[in-house]
Amino acid sequence: MASYIGSATSRVDGRAKVTGEAKYAGEFNVPGLVHGYVVDSIIPKGRIVRIDASGALGIAGVIDVLTHSNRPPMADKDDAYKDEVAPEKGSPYRPLYDDRIHFTGQPIALVLAEDWETARVAASQVRIEYQKEAHVTDLHAERTRAYAVDVPEKPRGDAERAFASAAISHAAEYSIPTEHHNPMELFASTAIWENGQLTVYDKTQGVQNVQQYLCKVFNLQPNAVRVMSPYMGGGFGAGLRPQYQVVLTVLAANALKRPVRVMLTRAQMYALGYRPASIERLALGANSGGTLDSMQHEAIAVTSQFEEFARNDTGWGNLLYKSPNAKFEHKLVKLDLPTSCDMRAPGAATGVYALECAMDELAIALKTDPVQLRLQCYSDRHQGEDLPYTSKQLRECYRQGADAFGWSKRNAEPRSMRDGSELVGWGMASGVWEALQVPATVRIVLTANGHAEVATAASDIGTGTYTIMAQVAADMLGLPIDNISVKLGDSTLPQCPVEGGSWIASSVCNAIANTARAVRGDLLELAKATQDSPLSGAGVDDVALIDGKIVSKRDAGRAVSIASAMQSGKAERITREEINQPSEDKSHARNVHSAIFAEVKVDEEIGIIRVTRVVKAVAAGRILNPKTAHSQVMGGVVWGIGMALHEETLYDHRFGRVMNANIAEYHVPVNADIHDIEVIFVDEPDEMVNPLGIKGLGEIGIVGVAAAIANAVYHATGKRVRDLPITLDKVIEFA
Amino acid sequence: MTHSGTTKPKGSIAAAPEKIPITLTVNGTEAKLSVAPWTTLLDALRDHLDLTGTKKGCDHGQCGACTVLVDGRRINSCLTLAVMKEGAEVTTVEGLAHNGELHPLQQAFIDHDAFQCGYCTSGQICSAAGLIAEGKAKSADEIRELMSGNICRCGAYPNIVAAIQQAMERS
Repeated sequence: MASYIGSATSRVDGRAKVTGEAKYAGEFNVPGLVHGYVVDSIIPKGRIVRIDASGALGIAGVIDVLTHSNRPPMADKDDAYKDEVAPEKGSPYRPLYDDRIHFTGQPIALVLAEDWETARVAASQVRIEYQKEAHVTDLHAERTRAYAVDVPEKPRGDAERAFASAAISHAAEYSIPTEHHNPMELFASTAIWENGQLTVYDKTQGVQNVQQYLCKVFNLQPNAVRVMSPYMGGGFGAGLRPQYQVVLTVLAANALKRPVRVMLTRAQMYALGYRPASIERLALGANSGGTLDSMQHEAIAVTSQFEEFARNDTGWGNLLYKSPNAKFEHKLVKLDLPTSCDMRAPGAATGVYALECAMDELAIALKTDPVQLRLQCYSDRHQGEDLPYTSKQLRECYRQGADAFGWSKRNAEPRSMRDGSELVGWGMASGVWEALQVPATVRIVLTANGHAEVATAASDIGTGTYTIMAQVAADMLGLPIDNISVKLGDSTLPQCPVEGGSWIASSVCNAIANTARAVRGDLLELAKATQDSPLSGAGVDDVALIDGKIVSKRDAGRAVSIASAMQSGKAERITREEINQPSEDKSHARNVHSAIFAEVKVDEEIGIIRVTRVVKAVAAGRILNPKTAHSQVMGGVVWGIGMALHEETLYDHRFGRVMNANIAEYHVPVNADIHDIEVIFVDEPDEMVNPLGIKGLGEIGIVGVAAAIANAVYHATGKRVRDLPITLDKVIEFA
Repeated sequence: MTHSGTTKPKGSIAAAPEKIPITLTVNGTEAKLSVAPWTTLLDALRDHLDLTGTKKGCDHGQCGACTVLVDGRRINSCLTLAVMKEGAEVTTVEGLAHNGELHPLQQAFIDHDAFQCGYCTSGQICSAAGLIAEGKAKSADEIRELMSGNICRCGAYPNIVAAIQQAMERS
């Protein structure tokens, strides 16, 4: 039997998704369902003085209007609202808790009606009187209030003095605007009370995180609450923390003792988390030989007034480049906005963008090819921790990426390459992320008919978790993949943290390996109990499960079929549950790397920028499924194109409000924006990072892409745009 | 009720509009339903007929997740009131497969991994079916342009184009 691990396998949940059978959080239609519609704040800061719901309550079909003053009880301590991934510092936002307004779009009333349209029209009839207070929402205007947060990256040497005496130096400021995740599915929850049990279908990346949060907020017994998220229409970090609609839905279900659904509008989703806007200052100093003497990176990013969300933007240079002198500082500015949150490769998407643009500018100052500069500065050790890597095939990424792209044909001179009326630019950048693991538990139930159910409380947010788990389980149990069913997205399943950080594949697949080994041990005992067993004397690691048989590794002729072992032992099923703990070995750095090469074509007259080609070469350990892995990285590249050219949440700071809170004016890439994307997986065997050699792929796709494009735009036009997104008005001056 | 505070005033100050009986043919089956004039075709499908394969991503005609075929043409069902489609033939993603055999586009989307989270997929597939019926798109560039009303946030666009090309070749 061929191995499923490493083979291009179509999604096992593909059929459910192409036929419309896959049900998402807002699609559980149950009899008597009550529909909720949120009324949200139009001011960013102040108090609610009065809420007049009479206009809404008078409309036929309206059941109730919940506000902070009439809602059922909820917890009054911060700890109850601290979810698994809440920032350590601060007080989490409490939906519908009191009369304080912390940000525009904050929910202040929930209209409940027999149908959705009635709830919506009634919401427009709720009158709210506010007492406004002065607000601040502009990072750039408030940057002088920035304060440093603790970061693990220690300074080395004297970076400032080395910079001042460098033969060649480059210093500049880069900025990234606020971005919103905009998953296609609207945030929604459905809550159903039945026989003292609460079932909640929620759009979340972590069902157990939401379950534990709801138990604390509503003082419910853990065994009375079940949170389900079998499918999720995109997360990208937006669904890591429980979002306010799940609280409102359960509040309403508690108040009415009826099933309730609350689905947010697209505009309301702009009051959830977001990638914080940031200002990044890079200062690089090189000696005349073209290696770094000094590396400084300071970032200023946004958080809310009430919580301190920080993802270090600044340490990434330590993973990529040698520099004897280095200094890093990550700062925050508190604004009257919701708390910022994780969004694809938090810290790296932004920090590496600035770093890799600065490296491009330094290469130009040094008159050195940008790939060559990176090779000259290449580090085989994590500079901050002074540790070797478990593996780092980044050199090979540069080589294979450059070859596939045709980098050697590049004329380094800006504005030197053309295609008809378009200027052509070629740029490159590096990418880096962490190979993380979290404790995860997997249960396997093997039945005598040769079918196995593999279960954990992870979610498949589109990343392919169902599929890779089926592949790994099929290989480990020696069964056809069609005999494996994977259960995810249910808080009653074995423990698993939120799906994020690129840690799920390595965590759950190594847990499958542990559990499968336990199942194998049970099978071996059954096999050894059979008369004249050919496996007598064998230990669990002396045998493998192959083609439905327990087979001696030394002598394939010595085998017992799984079916007959279970039959003779009268075992109808074998149930095992094992945890995988991350390695505590701190002797090596664990990272995933990439090189990105991008081609842009810029219309010389009107400045339209097209990204016509991207090659992304990734070294990420073992690739479980080249098909879904390719999609994951390609999707990250599409996000990088959006970050470079399109995405920006625009605020009217006078009112502290988002101006483009919709998916037409908040630009995301559409089909016509995307051209050739080539993804290369560089071979990178790594038995040290974890037993299966899996590093994860969710984040690395986006990292460095915006820098490669910005560098290509400079090469095409001779114009350096440091403030994302690179819209045509910013490049049009060159013409 | 476990809470108190707001009291409901007597008498309605506004009333929901009266419901209107309509008949649609949905996926080949006649469906009689009674909907308010403000109910969109999208909500009629999802909430009244429990056909939740058609997705709501923006409710403003901006994302394309709600695309269905009405009398063979692709439309945004969120921008269409159900009562306007009296007598129309509506095909949703649930109506594309026949006797368990997937529509060539559905199979092509699986073959080319033309989705990740799956939430835009119903709209993409219905839109692609409409596109093929229009017969306008020949090249990959034309497919990209004419499929740009369907946003895929997971970024599966190149695979979507490849899937549509496969289905076109086989149709």
